[in-house]
Amino acid sequence: MTDNTENTENAVGTKSTEPVERHSYDVVVIGAGGAGLRAAIEARHAGKRVAVISKSLFGKAHTVMAEGGAAAAMGNVNPKDNWQVHFRDTMRGGKFLNHFRMAELHAKEAPDRIWELETWGALFDRTKEGKISQRNFGGHEYPRLAHVGDRTGLELIRTLQQRVVALQQEDKASTGDYEANLRVFAETTIVRLLKDASGRIAGAVGYYRETGQFVVFEAPAVIMATGGIGRSYTVTSNSWEYTGDGHALALLAGAALVNMEFVQFHPTGMVWPPSVKGILVTESVRGDGGVLRNSEGKRFMFDYVPDVFRKQYAETEEEADRWYDDQENNRRPPELLPRDEVARSINSEVKAGRGTPNGGVFLDVSTRLPAEEIRRRLPSMYHQFKELADVDITAQPMEVGPTCHYVMGGIEVDPDTQGTVVPGLYAAGECSGGMHGSNRLGGNSLSDLLVFGRRAGLHAAEYIDGLGTAGKPAVAAADVDAALEEALAPLANADGENPYTLHHELQVTMNTLVGIIRKPEEVSEALTKLEEFKPRRTKVGAAGGRRFNPGWHVALDLRNMLIVSECVAKAALEREESRGGHTRDDHPAMSSKWRQINLICSLNEDGSGIDLKHQPIPTIRPDLLGLFEVSELQKYFTDEELTVLGDSAEPVAEAKPAGEAKPAAEPEVKSEPATESKAEAKSEPEAKPEAKTEPAPIPGQSNGEKAADTAADKVAEKSTEKSATAEAEEQTAQAEAEAQTEDAETAAEEK
Amino acid sequence: MGYKGKFKVWRGDASGGDLKDFEVEINEGEVVLDIIHRLQATQAPDMACRWNCKAGKCGSCSAEINGKPRLMCMTRMSTFEQDETVTVTPLRTFPVIKDLVTDVGFNYAKAREVKSFTPPKDLLPGEYRMQQIDVERSQEFRKCIECYLCQNTCHAVRDHEENKDNFSGPRYLMRVAELDMHPLDTADRKNSAQEEHGLGFCNITKCCTEVCPEHIRITDNALIPMKERVVDRKYDPLVWLGNKIRRRTSSDA
Repeated sequence: MTDNTENTENAVGTKSTEPVERHSYDVVVIGAGGAGLRAAIEARHAGKRVAVISKSLFGKAHTVMAEGGAAAAMGNVNPKDNWQVHFRDTMRGGKFLNHFRMAELHAKEAPDRIWELETWGALFDRTKEGKISQRNFGGHEYPRLAHVGDRTGLELIRTLQQRVVALQQEDKASTGDYEANLRVFAETTIVRLLKDASGRIAGAVGYYRETGQFVVFEAPAVIMATGGIGRSYTVTSNSWEYTGDGHALALLAGAALVNMEFVQFHPTGMVWPPSVKGILVTESVRGDGGVLRNSEGKRFMFDYVPDVFRKQYAETEEEADRWYDDQENNRRPPELLPRDEVARSINSEVKAGRGTPNGGVFLDVSTRLPAEEIRRRLPSMYHQFKELADVDITAQPMEVGPTCHYVMGGIEVDPDTQGTVVPGLYAAGECSGGMHGSNRLGGNSLSDLLVFGRRAGLHAAEYIDGLGTAGKPAVAAADVDAALEEALAPLANADGENPYTLHHELQVTMNTLVGIIRKPEEVSEALTKLEEFKPRRTKVGAAGGRRFNPGWHVALDLRNMLIVSECVAKAALEREESRGGHTRDDHPAMSSKWRQINLICSLNEDGSGIDLKHQPIPTIRPDLLGLFEVSELQKYFTDEELTVLGDSAEPVAEAKPAGEAKPAAEPEVKSEPATESKAEAKSEPEAKPEAKTEPAPIPGQSNGEKAADTAADKVAEKSTEKSATAEAEEQTAQAEAEAQTEDAETAAEEK
Repeated sequence: MGYKGKFKVWRGDASGGDLKDFEVEINEGEVVLDIIHRLQATQAPDMACRWNCKAGKCGSCSAEINGKPRLMCMTRMSTFEQDETVTVTPLRTFPVIKDLVTDVGFNYAKAREVKSFTPPKDLLPGEYRMQQIDVERSQEFRKCIECYLCQNTCHAVRDHEENKDNFSGPRYLMRVAELDMHPLDTADRKNSAQEEHGLGFCNITKCCTEVCPEHIRITDNALIPMKERVVDRKYDPLVWLGNKIRRRTSSDA
């Protein structure tokens, strides 16, 4: 704790003696991953002066970790693919909790965003005709992911990085200064957003990690693109940057977070050795033929196909294996179910005692593809296992288990503009919410950040144009002083609690008590602990000076991690159903009533905690609903919701008075602009009490004999009587059924 | 299975510093970065190091371990004897900021000097057609995670500060080669490779290839072929004659 005498010259500065660097921009983008860079590029294209704030070096953002690919219905491999199919897959994957308009825009615009990357130098893998090749992935009906081996995220970040450089070169040519209109502030952390007296965004304040000096950005528009929250968990595939900064900063500035209970546990993270536990093993392993086996050598995923997906997935190993060569006449292998299903299944196998010695299951590609082919298609995985675990994946199976990977919940935005309720504040990528519903499909993240990064940049630029002569919002000096004071507190308290210790306790708490399977008593316990952590957080200390001091940085990040953890836990306790990335031990079924509800987190009156409220989910446009078979919708929707479909839905609608159905929806659908609708929603009486009514358990369809009813189900499913909805819920429960008896799982393996 | 290991870590800043001794717990399967993190959490909370992904994909945690340029996240403790002292120092070629963190701005400056991808003007998005075999050469170079170990190792700048102005280093010479080999790039990069980026400084000792954590064959597949392309241009008698007669500039051809 004490060997830092050489840093004494960096002694704590005080706000009175310290000049604070100031910069003025049109748009400040916080985050330099895919969404942030794409937003910055678009705002710069629109003629704005843009600053990009990057917590680490330029080009190191977490986007580089994305392996599998970017989903876009280009139809290069299977011409039957189109945006409607992609939209359907996305909604199914998210269990229909997605903001339909975002899913629609995403599916429609993704191909253009990918093609555009090629004009900036991206080199995707090719088809025989020389087009961009597309690979299979979980939940995607057709081969859809544009990819470069298993390092697609790196290609994406490098391409965007190089596009930024290209724009800087243009500016250099015209102005003599590379950074005239687009500047990257590397290794800079934002601690607070700033607003003017009327509540509009006015800028942000942060510090340079390298020197510890503060910097104020004055800007009428700020785009949050900070990624996820995984560092609040012990076992995670996320980097140190993922401390929920964007979520927390936006919340503190008055924005709302939507559906924070939905956290994606990627089914396949490394489980051994302990120090690499959680590092991602790409889904492409399964997309390219890899299979999951338990310790008995059984391909167990066939036992876990929930009813809502049964139509699309193979029932026998033979059919599944044929699918790789003939997708027209066979159904997909169940290893390619959406991630939430696979993660829960692995969890159940391990809990049932059929796991590997290190507490995972086997993922085997060695018996499925020739060694040469594995090295070509999965080079990073080959190296990762070879170098970190001494495992040769061309000869041995991998050991894998679930790892905290992605948060579906995030800053509530308008689906078209990415704007929040705070004028001038935008959000895109993982830190924004709505697009992925309760569960994100693999490959939809890279396309999400391109589509909505661009939209955020575009609309932030338009917002600035619209400010007109009213002028730029002004930063209040007192707000800057308050932010500085807050940030300097840990340094002034060098003997305070070790921030690393508190961080570790937080991670263990979230991992063990708010993990894959949630029990209300455990989540409550987590909330109690979080309350205890809050005062401790204000007393942590950072020894040493301000120059590149990781202890200080952790101390500051803790505030954000505690805020997002509280949001996740509160929402997890509230939502009494199981759906996607939220599995409740005591409510294992999916509920059509709960599908109608978004859970909204906002800062409470005195800023000491989180308020949670129910908000009705936007009504899906009938033309989009029409893309699905009624029999499928019945598994997710209440009968009255489906009356808008008219005749085709009659059998289910009959019992309900038509008047109860939601108004058939505004045809042009700018859909729920968050800015306006939210204000109304607040004053609206909430749907809450009704939502709590759990559908009565349906007899029959008991858990346990899944294997037996596999065949029967397919037939049963075709007959779409009223019980379909309930049956669906019951079925979904099956996968979790085994998990229930056990505990908050993976976390326990915390070393 | 854990044991107490001995570490020496360089601590200091631009004004100076030295190696500090640490005794620290080491467990099975750990890598050097795990140990640095343990030191931060238990003994030296302000010890500076960069890291992001901890999986060899972002290229942030570059350092010199027992004198060898390595990624800390990919250097397993099992490669050392238990009684061996592991010494971790910052990259030598770049100015120290603090402890294991160096100022790598040199690399970003050089990156900006490479002319960007220049596609054919008449090709619209979605119309790009390239064969896999043709993109593979450049794809190998695009595996680069920008850890700068090659830049740090190359003796042309490691021991010669004065060359930094005129030499872009293996990473950015490889970037020039990557663009030159891109099937659809239209810019001429031969002259600039030699004249602006200092390809001639490279004397093919392959040190860059040796330290590359991505196992990119920088020298064999990027630098030597690029040298050949430059030579073809510079010393081809017909091109020479053409230049004499028509005073061609670097932008045509």
